[in-house]
Amino acid sequence: MLILISHIGIGAVDLAAAFLFLYGLHRMSSPVTAPSGIFVAGIGMAVAVLASFLYAFDVGAAARPNLPVNLGLAVVALALGGGVAWWGGRKVAMTAMPQMVAIYNGMGGGAAGAIAAVELFGNKAPGAGALVMTLLGALIGAVSLSGSLIAWAKLDGVINKPVRVKGQQVFNGLVLLLTVAVGVYIVVASADKAALLLTMPMWIYIFFACALALGILMTLPIGGADMPVVISIFNAFTGLAVGIEGYVLQNPALMIAGMVVGAAGMLLTLLMAKAMNRSVSNVIFTNFGDVASTHKQGKIKGELKPTQPGDAGIAMRYAASVIIVPGYGLAVSQGQGKLYEFVKLLQAGGVSVKFAVHPVAGRMPGQMDVLLAEAGVPYDMIFQLEDINDQFATTDVALIIGANDVVNPAARTDKSSAIYGMPILNADYAKQVFVVKRGEGKGYAGIVNQLFYADNCNMVYGDAQAVLIKMIEAVRGLGLPAVA
Amino acid sequence: MDFQISISGFVALYIFMLAAFAGWVIIGRVPAILHTPLMSGSNFVHGIVVVGGIYALLNASTVQEQVIGFFAVLLGAGNAAGGYAVTDRMLAMFKTSGHPAGHGGHGKTGTVKSIHVKKH
Repeated sequence: MLILISHIGIGAVDLAAAFLFLYGLHRMSSPVTAPSGIFVAGIGMAVAVLASFLYAFDVGAAARPNLPVNLGLAVVALALGGGVAWWGGRKVAMTAMPQMVAIYNGMGGGAAGAIAAVELFGNKAPGAGALVMTLLGALIGAVSLSGSLIAWAKLDGVINKPVRVKGQQVFNGLVLLLTVAVGVYIVVASADKAALLLTMPMWIYIFFACALALGILMTLPIGGADMPVVISIFNAFTGLAVGIEGYVLQNPALMIAGMVVGAAGMLLTLLMAKAMNRSVSNVIFTNFGDVASTHKQGKIKGELKPTQPGDAGIAMRYAASVIIVPGYGLAVSQGQGKLYEFVKLLQAGGVSVKFAVHPVAGRMPGQMDVLLAEAGVPYDMIFQLEDINDQFATTDVALIIGANDVVNPAARTDKSSAIYGMPILNADYAKQVFVVKRGEGKGYAGIVNQLFYADNCNMVYGDAQAVLIKMIEAVRGLGLPAVA
Repeated sequence: MDFQISISGFVALYIFMLAAFAGWVIIGRVPAILHTPLMSGSNFVHGIVVVGGIYALLNASTVQEQVIGFFAVLLGAGNAAGGYAVTDRMLAMFKTSGHPAGHGGHGKTGTVKSIHVKKH
């Protein structure tokens, strides 16, 4: 009777959880409803976790003596893992968000891999089909775990340079083949109980070692600029692994949630790659950056024309319209708050101000939107590339802060450039362009920016936050009355 | 009537297909401004793996299974709790000009009016 009740309870709660996940993600598709969306999904998660303790009424005979200990372990693991991660998620700075997502994603992949390991070591798969699925989930989960950790290390600066060896792709392919071969051997050997070269647990260890190595080897050669795409891929991988392990455990909530994330992650990856004008395979298999460094630049006409922060600030105060193009350099100097203070000052003087955000501004698509939102900028002042690109031509001033490649006109004109074809913000069409930059260095792609040499462009050198403070002082110093 | 769920073969494929389609359609409508919160939000959703971890741990019969099961729950719980904390924090920051969160925004209605709210 208790078993029946626990089955009904888990079934009903998991059904509700699956619905709440879908509904929650649906609500996340608009900034207005998004906060309630994550809350709805959170309720689904909470009830599903609570209901999963009903499994205690239906454990196998072999595990029954361990049940009190296992229950205790489960509570400790939940409190410990959940508590530490919650604390980390609350503390982390918004600029460090991509690597945090990478860590949490790796944890999910690791959990899926660990579930598969329990099934494998316990020899619990009921047949060859289930065994194949378990191994597949284990492979994808383990790759996601080790790959995400490398992605974290790269974004956090622990690993600075892409590690590239000649013939690496071939070697990685061989490791993948080896992993699959070990998996096939495990399936065949457990089917006909033939004499083993090594004990079965040993083969399982080898399988996981190969899968973990594969994740590391795959991620090492990829440059830091491409990490967001990689994290998105691993996010989809983890979803896939969770969905597959859900099948192995016969749990439809895991199957649905995992597969929804698998598909959503794949689409998100494609969207990101598209915004960078590259294909997903291009991100994974080619060494971006090398091309740019060996490519010879064409002759640049004109010269750099530096100007003082105060002069640039005053020019903007007397303009009718300003479009601001923020980049990661702004986030590095933590200048978002000062920027919004400056914007409010301009708005008080009747200047129309808009933000133009490139799809890949920041270290992760959409991260710049989050950073601006953190500073208090209302999201209806923030415009995406396709919505604002036509307006630069009729705008008095374009202010570029900490952005570089996303406003490089070479993407439109120079066919030999590494970023040719990438959609850019047409900041160069504005009547006057100010570029706030720390020095004369190149952008992430390592390409000289022709815009900086254009007749209508002036450079303001300095740390973004320091420059903005000077601009604010200069505009305040004018003592102009605010326009009501 | 048996309430023990049994999913095999084509039933599993149907579930996977419909779930994948749902995920694809839902994400396809999300504006670029929400891409980072969304990646984090979908990251949270696969934290449901913790439920599978609890199942595996409760059914562990050897010390080895207990240790691995413990890590499954530990990592899964981290995925779920961390994903929620980060996503919730990010989404709470999105505000409209109508409701600026204590950052002022009054006395300049002329400019604010000229900025139309985007429709996606």
